[in-house]
Amino acid sequence: MGRDVELRLGFPGHEVLRRAEIEDGDPVPWDLSSRHAVLGTRVPRQEGADKVTGRAKFTFDVNLPGMLHGRLLGSAHPAARIAGIDTSAAERAPGVRAVEILEDSEVHFAGQPVAAVAADTEEQAEDAIRLIVVEYRPRPFVVTLEDASKADAPPVTRGSNVRDERDQERGDVDALLASSDAVVEATYETQVQTHVPLEPHGIVARWDTADHLTVWCSTQGTFLVRDNLARALGIRHENVRVIAEHVGGGFGSKFGAKPFEVAACRMAQRTGRPVKLMADRKTEHVAMGNRPSSVQHMKAGAMKDGRLTAVILRTSGVVGIAGNARCANPIIYDFQAFRKSESSVQIHAGPSAAQRAPGHPQGVFALDQMVDELACAIEMDPLEFRKRNDRDPVRLAEYEIGAKEIGWGGRRKPAGAGSERVKTGIGMASAQWGGMGRVAEAMVVVHKDGGIEVFNGAQDIGTGTRSAMAVVAAEELGLPPERVLARIGITDWPDGPPSGGSNTAASVLPAVREAAFRARRELAGEIARELGVPEGDVGFEGGKVAIQNWAKGPIEWADACRLMSGERITATARRRDYDAGFKQGVAGCQFAEVEVDTWTGVVRVRKVVAVQDCGHVVNRATVESQIQGGVIQGIAFALFEDRILDRSTGHQLNPNMETYKLPGTLDLPEIVAIPFDVANGYNSASVVGLGEPPVIPTPAAIANAVFNATGKRVRRLPMTPDTVLAALEGER
Amino acid sequence: MGGTVAAGAALSGGARADEGDGPPVAESDRVLGPEAVRITIALNGENRTLDVEPRVTLLDLLRSSLDLTGAKKICDRGACGGCTVLLDGEPVNSCLVLAIDADGREVRTVEGLAADGALTPLQEEFVRHDALQCGFCTPGFVMSCHALLSRNPDPTEAEVRAACAGNICRCGAYSGVLAAAMAAAKRRR
Repeated sequence: MGRDVELRLGFPGHEVLRRAEIEDGDPVPWDLSSRHAVLGTRVPRQEGADKVTGRAKFTFDVNLPGMLHGRLLGSAHPAARIAGIDTSAAERAPGVRAVEILEDSEVHFAGQPVAAVAADTEEQAEDAIRLIVVEYRPRPFVVTLEDASKADAPPVTRGSNVRDERDQERGDVDALLASSDAVVEATYETQVQTHVPLEPHGIVARWDTADHLTVWCSTQGTFLVRDNLARALGIRHENVRVIAEHVGGGFGSKFGAKPFEVAACRMAQRTGRPVKLMADRKTEHVAMGNRPSSVQHMKAGAMKDGRLTAVILRTSGVVGIAGNARCANPIIYDFQAFRKSESSVQIHAGPSAAQRAPGHPQGVFALDQMVDELACAIEMDPLEFRKRNDRDPVRLAEYEIGAKEIGWGGRRKPAGAGSERVKTGIGMASAQWGGMGRVAEAMVVVHKDGGIEVFNGAQDIGTGTRSAMAVVAAEELGLPPERVLARIGITDWPDGPPSGGSNTAASVLPAVREAAFRARRELAGEIARELGVPEGDVGFEGGKVAIQNWAKGPIEWADACRLMSGERITATARRRDYDAGFKQGVAGCQFAEVEVDTWTGVVRVRKVVAVQDCGHVVNRATVESQIQGGVIQGIAFALFEDRILDRSTGHQLNPNMETYKLPGTLDLPEIVAIPFDVANGYNSASVVGLGEPPVIPTPAAIANAVFNATGKRVRRLPMTPDTVLAALEGER
Repeated sequence: MGGTVAAGAALSGGARADEGDGPPVAESDRVLGPEAVRITIALNGENRTLDVEPRVTLLDLLRSSLDLTGAKKICDRGACGGCTVLLDGEPVNSCLVLAIDADGREVRTVEGLAADGALTPLQEEFVRHDALQCGFCTPGFVMSCHALLSRNPDPTEAEVRAACAGNICRCGAYSGVLAAAMAAAKRRR
């Protein structure tokens, strides 16, 4: 039986009342009336000690008795038929126990995994790979958007390389543009980016019986891997255990079991020995996914009073052998009409994959510069212009906070004024994302000695899920978070989502809260029965159990747990979600201050202010870290990263970490991460996801800051010195 | 290190009595292998004697033969610092050190920083300042900072940045690392 409750949602200064029907046995969603003891405080990561001592075992670290070491052989050609593969020399090589062919008919990109070996030592595996003889019949190939788009281009997979063509239209675009006071037309381009998780893809596979398999996998989706492996190997789901207690990054590349990971399981099966097969860094760059490039033609209009009118978008990008190059636009700002046509172009390169906020950093790079250009055209302050076209109350509040923190009023006017060599500038951009979560379950166990565990089978890829689970359970049970042991990453435990779409927190944390709520009720019932008091008189706060009118005062948690009748109380819950929340998804905005050396074209980011909401802030430390990390990846995309393919050989020229550039400590600006707390009410923890939004606005904010500094637009990423100099010297 | 057969022949002024069809063999006692060689390393304060092929890196020796997996194999070519260990007290990329070149020397890994499961002040500050996210780069950063504080107990933030300039963090936990190192330095004072 449910009861009707009224929730105060939103944020101070923008409060709304909503009604929700809450089932008996479920907690009332946290709202603005809630008072929290630990939620929103800084809590150190539970696994922190393990990580700083090297005790934390990632998949790559697993060493098992009798384990074989695997290596992959990549295709030497970007496009070829395979006429034959001779593995006999490899099979005879010292220490080699298995050889598996991954591709025997054709290859579509240089570095595509073709075969795998498993040997007693890594060195023997390395030697054996070189003994595999592949007879290639090279074919013509294309690795640029222009070459692949030609009518007579060799097909990368089947049919035309130009695919996923989609046209959308809303409203009367031409009339609105014709009557606009200002129209700006520009083309923006962004590069292919690879994920570069520091731990590569890989697996350790061990057969426990003929049809029971345990794997350690560096994955963003433990249950996805379980499903993939069970199907591929023809065994039951419940006989596959996937372990991913620590994962060294993913950023979107690690969903599901890759073919080479299935192959490792097969080699383990054939040899009767565990097999560890990790991708080497080169294979990781070329074969494990990438963010498509973009070429975005945009034409947009605005009125003198600051209203946006219409936008025409034509976008494309290269996707390797699979995926789509969609950019998210138009989003965030209120265009009255739009016309959009998009396509994706296949080239002979590794398949694209979702990468942190797919379509958004590149889309916003174009959109938020276009918005800035329109503001300039009507001579309106770009912040004021955005406010007039943004109806999101959260982002409007975030603008105020960010603008004040960066010192928006003091920025260079007009853009590019002055003639000093090194010019500073300030720019801004916005974000919009989902992260509302999906179904998940959690289990809370309270032990007779007072110990508490909370379980979920999903993974923590560095976001801090583990600690957030402990904080939520601790909040519900009135305990300090260090008393709660969060156990994650093993598929024996309750269902959790893949870490994608920023959905993990909003899926798992409400389930944790609901399970903790039920565990609390059970424990209260046991204590009440034992002490002969009404259940309603039992309360949990400050690490103790307080009984109303109890002469002896509050009972220590451990003593209270000893009153339970059995050895433990186990409570599970399946996440509830509610219709009547405050707002779907999240907003976010960033303000960047940059320095441009007008002689060398070097752009240095001095400061970024990032204001980001994610529903309720659960662990302030990990929320701030997530925002910081997103900004740094945004800077990397803006200034440094570029997957460079050699047009004449089809190989990636920089499949490493010295010429595929990532920012380090010497590039680190001051980052002010400002979490913006919103009581969302769509789930019992009022949590929304955070992983992706902080990476979205950064490149656009930097580009707008470069414009403010120099008066010149850089419409291409990465903003390397040569690109910046070309913009400085080119037309305005 | 050694020389080719051709150079050796030129120096000795004529054909050698033991010429054969095999690959060139340098006439030098500093060339080892391909078979395994016995080395002794002072590893985390304890002498270890091991047989290792000359081509094996110190990183691979630590991770595969000794189950010391704190040092990570990320780029395997010295570009990311994830494999940082101390060799005679100096931070090195262990993927660029041959195990045989650690013979007779002191090697300290992240596992050897603190005794009995405790944390050093630096490690405590890493946890306190959230100087980590996924944690894969963390041992490398800890070793770089540890090495810095050992030689310079009162660094400036610029010196901490420089000491960690060879360590890459893809998750972007750099701010926490800098704060942690500065806080650890302060605690020492």
